[in-house]
Amino acid sequence: MMDESKLNAEPTEALGTETSRRTFVRVAVAGMGLAYAGAIGYPIFRYLNSNVEKEAELAAIKEVTLKDAGKLPKGSILMFKFGPRPAMLIHHADDTWSAFEAVCTHMGCTVGYDAARERIACQCHGGQYDPKTGENVGGPPPRPLMKYNLVMSKGLATVTRI
Amino acid sequence: MAKVSTYIVERLGLQDTLQYASQKAVPQHKHSFWYFWGGISLFSFLIQVVTGILLMVYYRPGPEAHESVRQITYQMNFGWLIRSTHNWAASIFIVSIFVHMFSVYFMKAYRKPREFLWLSGVVLLLLGLTFGFSGYLLPMDMLSYFATKVGLEIPKSLPFIGPAVADILRGGIDVTEFTVQRFFALHTVILPMVFIPFLLAHLWMVQKHGNSLPESEEAKPETDRKSIPFFPNFLMQDLAMWLIALNVIALLAAMFPWQLGEPADPLKPAPVGIHPEWYFMSPFQTLKLIGKLIPGAAGEVIGMSVFTLGMVLWILIPFYDVKSKGAQRAKRATYFGLLALFILVGTSAWGYLGVQ
Repeated sequence: MMDESKLNAEPTEALGTETSRRTFVRVAVAGMGLAYAGAIGYPIFRYLNSNVEKEAELAAIKEVTLKDAGKLPKGSILMFKFGPRPAMLIHHADDTWSAFEAVCTHMGCTVGYDAARERIACQCHGGQYDPKTGENVGGPPPRPLMKYNLVMSKGLATVTRI
Repeated sequence: MAKVSTYIVERLGLQDTLQYASQKAVPQHKHSFWYFWGGISLFSFLIQVVTGILLMVYYRPGPEAHESVRQITYQMNFGWLIRSTHNWAASIFIVSIFVHMFSVYFMKAYRKPREFLWLSGVVLLLLGLTFGFSGYLLPMDMLSYFATKVGLEIPKSLPFIGPAVADILRGGIDVTEFTVQRFFALHTVILPMVFIPFLLAHLWMVQKHGNSLPESEEAKPETDRKSIPFFPNFLMQDLAMWLIALNVIALLAAMFPWQLGEPADPLKPAPVGIHPEWYFMSPFQTLKLIGKLIPGAAGEVIGMSVFTLGMVLWILIPFYDVKSKGAQRAKRATYFGLLALFILVGTSAWGYLGVQ
């Protein structure tokens, strides 16, 4: 199989093999290291991320039904959970209704309802929202509150994500 | 790159350490294999530190202990793997400590100037066993409940103070969620706080005194002894052993995942064939045998006394098996070691055969 020209070429080829062998070992060791890092890192990441994944599933819900919403007196609110997030159902003094995600768009505090001044207010940094539209009307919040679709029928509130 | 490393080395003041490391050598001979076992113990300890911290992320001691371990094992992504790795690494940890200890014993590596290495090693072993005992309760299933109940009978049999010690450890007159809570504190705070200084002292003394030579090697003239540089040659071999250990632990953890039993229920009778973890099998079986030979309270007292005496003799070996006193004493120490090994392996095997 081996012809003369190849035999003659041996010295230079041997040198080439040496370097490529070293490179090969380096690449192989680095590759194995990466494989181990991945095999160890991936389960650890997924383990630590377990609840995040579970809550992401929860957060994917589209609709929440509130049974006793009809009993809510005028001028008061009901706090409930839309998936993992706090939400607020408001029964206005004029007998209209609205529902918002109760998370301030500024720094994520849960907002409250100030019945006397008819405002949704955040205690953390003094953010103010209009309780009918969710519009940010005072303080630092950059955006209006996230508003839900709301259907009231026979005392049953059906809240859906827009 | 070279500039950066010089800069870092200088600023951290590591020149002397690196100089020392570059000159450090490890003897090479036919018993060199045993030098790896301390490192394997260290590595499996490190695995337990990492997996232990990960378990702590979801584990809740107290009344929810069993439920939280159930969640870890069957609900959280790869939770079963983390828990199984923690448990298998614990077994490998104890195995490698025992191998390390017996190899040190038979190579007589405990002799001057390494007496304190031996003593700190014994302390680390005892702490390791306490780690095992306290960790075993934490899932609070039937097995761990009864294992802890039985285990705490041992401090209870101490004269005078026994019952009080057992009650303090239990946090009550029976094993309850309060026991889980304090075993958790013991397992994750107190024991590591005591263990790590002893470990550092142990490693420090290994650096100071270097590897001990077995007698066969010491008999040779110095020029005939072989050694390899620690850095990088021995370190690479050490890391290769760690990699093997990692693979073994990963295989065991994946192929034999640790299960979780029914929640502990004090009103249910102990399950059939209940027995302690393998590393407590030998004392369990020995006490059982002595109890059969000499029934009643006398048997218990004699059993515990013989046991304690053996342990004390074992721990104090560096102080009566000294180098200069000729071969006769050294031989006796070897026979004593063989006897200890025989009893340890024999009673463990007997215990397991008896269970099945």
